[in-house]
Amino acid sequence: MSIRGKAYIAGAYEHPTRKAPDKSLAQLHAEVAKGALEDAGLTKDDVDGYFCAGDAPGMGPLSMVDYMNLRVRHADATDLGGCTYIAHVARAAEAIAAGKCNVALITLAGRPRSEGVATGTAPRAGNPAQPDVQFEYPYGPTVVNLYAMCAMRHMYEYGTTSEQLAWVKVAASHHAQHNPHAMLRDVVTVEDVVNSPMVADPLHRLDCCVISDGGGALVVVKPEIAASLKRPKIKVLGGAETVKGQLGGDVDLTWSGARRTGSAAFAEAGVTPADIRYASIYDSFTITVLMQLEDLGFCEKGQGGRFVADGNLISGVGKLPFNTDGGGLCNNHPANRGGITKVIEAVRQLRGEAHPAVQVKDCGLALAHGTGGMLGSRHGSATLIMERE
Amino acid sequence: MADMVQRKIPFSQANAETQPFWDAAKQGRLMVRTCTACGKAHWYPRAICPHCFSDRTEWREASGSGEIYSWSVMRRAPEPYAIAYVRLAEGTTMMTNIVQCDFDALKIGQKVKLVFILSEEGTPVPMFTPA
Repeated sequence: MSIRGKAYIAGAYEHPTRKAPDKSLAQLHAEVAKGALEDAGLTKDDVDGYFCAGDAPGMGPLSMVDYMNLRVRHADATDLGGCTYIAHVARAAEAIAAGKCNVALITLAGRPRSEGVATGTAPRAGNPAQPDVQFEYPYGPTVVNLYAMCAMRHMYEYGTTSEQLAWVKVAASHHAQHNPHAMLRDVVTVEDVVNSPMVADPLHRLDCCVISDGGGALVVVKPEIAASLKRPKIKVLGGAETVKGQLGGDVDLTWSGARRTGSAAFAEAGVTPADIRYASIYDSFTITVLMQLEDLGFCEKGQGGRFVADGNLISGVGKLPFNTDGGGLCNNHPANRGGITKVIEAVRQLRGEAHPAVQVKDCGLALAHGTGGMLGSRHGSATLIMERE
Repeated sequence: MADMVQRKIPFSQANAETQPFWDAAKQGRLMVRTCTACGKAHWYPRAICPHCFSDRTEWREASGSGEIYSWSVMRRAPEPYAIAYVRLAEGTTMMTNIVQCDFDALKIGQKVKLVFILSEEGTPVPMFTPA
């Protein structure tokens, strides 16, 4: 069974907050749910499927379905880390295609900024039952140094430079200057990035995404419902997910799960990377973007540095406009999970509702891709391809 | 920049599957779990071989030599430290730290040798230093 054309994204909402000390976690989930349903022109009583992941409080769907007083006949708490919500759209399309629900609500929210979490730089103990913990926690793995080891190996294998990585941040900053909600709105240069303090070699401070509160929600519906709504019709064409780890000790940091999910999603959608007009690419770090672009097939393996350089990702300048909201590098990274904002900005682009300064002309086909967890140890990957009908 | 200050090494806890590994570590030996069905070593150690899914796996003592596959110095930490993946002579790659070294001289491909550093809890943890 293919999900091609079986479901539409009818509602999308990004919470405007970037710091929410005065709100609860459940409240943020409900606020984004309300926003996405209003955007779609639906009500909470229309929802019969609910999707959330590890950022949701308590027992996920049990807690949030009860909090929002939904009546669902399908629930899914699949967790692939920060890319989860990209996979949730495809999973919602699968559930709709199978007749398990008609209106699927996906929410993400979190307040790591208010809670003062040292997201990227503090080793986390994890649950001792997690089988890798005793063989890794003593060595101080953090989010940033695990991604940094991928960058270090990429530089060694392919000659990628810090200046090339910096171009990813430069492009994001060019977009963020137009987003009034973005945390970092100043345009930066390659020099600014490579001269910012080293966090974990070879990643500098400006190679890293922001830490923000906030959230987002999506509403995915069956075709008949999409046809009855007033919003532009954003059709789901293809999706794929995978998990990649250390390969039993045959560690290879040069490729990500995008190698599998990209080819599978493109095949399902019946399109190629050259057809994509806009791409939301998970930007936890600059290296994340570069590797995912290679693995998705936007350029040859090892050529990511050349591909992202010289503004090639800047809307109106380069060949592949990306993250026109400013992305995780400049806009926000709610709950330390950037998957949902990737889909939301792709929907804005397809609807023609992105900021005029970054709107891609005739944007009919878009891709959202994410990496969840740790690129350098074990990560989830998810790709979604969408079309404006 | 040399790591003059050794950060405190946290330890998680062993379990029934891994206790022999940490018992051997206390004797200064690095054990690698190896499959007698497919002949391959793997990391981290498991009862079931992650390559061929055989349950015929056993502990074998590693030579303690290897080379750096990748590394990163965590600069934004109270005491900077070098995390790395080291490819062991036995053909499998483990996460570790590179210690007692000049951080600015670390290189992919560099030969390293095994050292044990005591964790806070008292269990020795296998790490590496330039050979």
